[in-house]
Amino acid sequence: MEALYAIALGVLSGCGVFLLLRARTFPVVLGLTLLSYAVNLFLFAMGRLKSGAPAVIGAAADAADPLPQALVLTAIVIGFAMTAFLIVLALRSLGEQGTDHVDGKEADE
Amino acid sequence: MNHLLILPIVLPLLAGSLLLMSGRLGLRWQRLFSCLATFLLLPVAVLLVQKADSGVLTSYALGNWVAPYGIALLLDRLSALLLLLTAILAGFAVLYACRGDDERGASFHALFQFQLLGINGAFLTADMFNLFVFFEILLIASYALLLHGNGRARVAAGLHYVVLNLFGSALFLIALGVLYGVAGTLNMADLAHKVALANADQRPLLAAAGLLLLVVFGLKAALLPLYFWLPRAYSAATAPVAALFAIMTKVGFYSLLRVFTLVFGSAAGPLENLGHDWLWPLALLTLLAGLVGVLAAQSLRMLVSYLVVVSVGTLTAALAVGSVEALDASLYYLIHSTLIAAGLFLLVDMIAQQRGDKVDALVQGPRLMQPHLLGALFFLGAIAVAGLPPLSGFLGKLLLLQSISGGQALLFWPLLLGGGLLTLVALSRAGSTVFWNVGLHMHDRARSDIWRTLVCCALLSASLLLMLGAAPILAYTRATAEQLLELAPYLALVGGGR
Repeated sequence: MEALYAIALGVLSGCGVFLLLRARTFPVVLGLTLLSYAVNLFLFAMGRLKSGAPAVIGAAADAADPLPQALVLTAIVIGFAMTAFLIVLALRSLGEQGTDHVDGKEADE
Repeated sequence: MNHLLILPIVLPLLAGSLLLMSGRLGLRWQRLFSCLATFLLLPVAVLLVQKADSGVLTSYALGNWVAPYGIALLLDRLSALLLLLTAILAGFAVLYACRGDDERGASFHALFQFQLLGINGAFLTADMFNLFVFFEILLIASYALLLHGNGRARVAAGLHYVVLNLFGSALFLIALGVLYGVAGTLNMADLAHKVALANADQRPLLAAAGLLLLVVFGLKAALLPLYFWLPRAYSAATAPVAALFAIMTKVGFYSLLRVFTLVFGSAAGPLENLGHDWLWPLALLTLLAGLVGVLAAQSLRMLVSYLVVVSVGTLTAALAVGSVEALDASLYYLIHSTLIAAGLFLLVDMIAQQRGDKVDALVQGPRLMQPHLLGALFFLGAIAVAGLPPLSGFLGKLLLLQSISGGQALLFWPLLLGGGLLTLVALSRAGSTVFWNVGLHMHDRARSDIWRTLVCCALLSASLLLMLGAAPILAYTRATAEQLLELAPYLALVGGGR
């Protein structure tokens, strides 16, 4: 399971970084979203991957670490707010400058 | 338990939330309330400095959960000093903003308080994840503050700033994940224990996490490959916001200092002083790049922004040396550079308001309304920044030069001294263009404002005060540097290693 998980994270963050380096704001926003998915999954996995282990001591023979779950919840909330802000900013940039290029002007201008 | 420690966080949080809700109250009441809340931070910070100066580390367990299981705040001399500096700077910035800059967009004062909440929290926390959370708070407030006042330049600079910092946050989380996955804790002092006890399999992972943190904090502090966002963002921001942002690069510097003296510091066994070898060349190159920027700047705001980059390079070089003397000098220089940079941002704004559509560009412009006053202030600021006697920049640079010896001095001395000369050249050129190369007539929409002038004078005269009060300040920074390098009390906070 670990290998599959690691490959999935690698693909997600690779796609994220690739999209982040594009010149239009929409792919950049998508790239950051993919990257933050990858980061959240990574944080989650830092409590070690176990199945059938609730995050409560004594409820089962094997307990999962609750802290990464709390961390990942915080990270999701923050990432969500930041993405929302970035989308509004990207729209604002499009409205104000008339182009969706990240530099605010077309490359050949 | 003494609850004074949480006040710098709770006070702006409360004030910011109330200000958000009191949008209908009208600007006058908002201003009054915001100023009151900001000025209240000052006595709190003074009390905290007094408390910290006893040399005892004060820990505050949030929710009464004992560290390392709960989240703790930690007050030492360094955090108290930076809290006081933030409170002083914020007081002046909010006064300046009340003279009209806060009308240019919605919710300025609420955002300002949230920004303070993030900065104060970052200085106080003793937990890595909590540091991340406070970083995000100060960043999201800074995004909105940077865009305050609208305009094309701000939106363009804002987009780069936001995307870069979001990427930085992703790296920060990856580093935290690795640290937690390997060490099983995020409390800084506990991490220091675990890093020292790590076995050979864990060490490369911990080193990777540490260096990722170096990248993240390097981005916030604006170190060489990651400083390109700073001049555009700072020169696009409104003046009081830019003045407050002068402390933001110092938050990055503070985090570097914290992580690489405590977690990966002298007690970290084989990972001892992990970051220092990287920081030294990066700091010198940042210094150099900042100087090139200062010389090439086309506008006064750009020039001051690059001066911020130069000061970051200088500070980080001292951090990379890591001796008590170097840290002592860098802390003194930090106080000086923050206040003077903020003062210069405000001064440039006042100059720009008297030059009509030429604003702050370094070209021939109309005659200024107050050429003597603004010229004198500019002269004072230039002397302070370039490091000429009798102002504080001179003492700061002298101490830095004295603290660095041997092979490192061979590189650092010419850069710092030559840098002072180049700064002086750039500032003289800028000053003579703005004040002497002028037309016959004043611009008809030139404005002056006595309150703004007073605030700017106060910030720049801090340089003189820093020189006159150098003995007690240096005694404090010296004790701070000694405290930072003496790790045993920090490690004892979490019960001596389990």
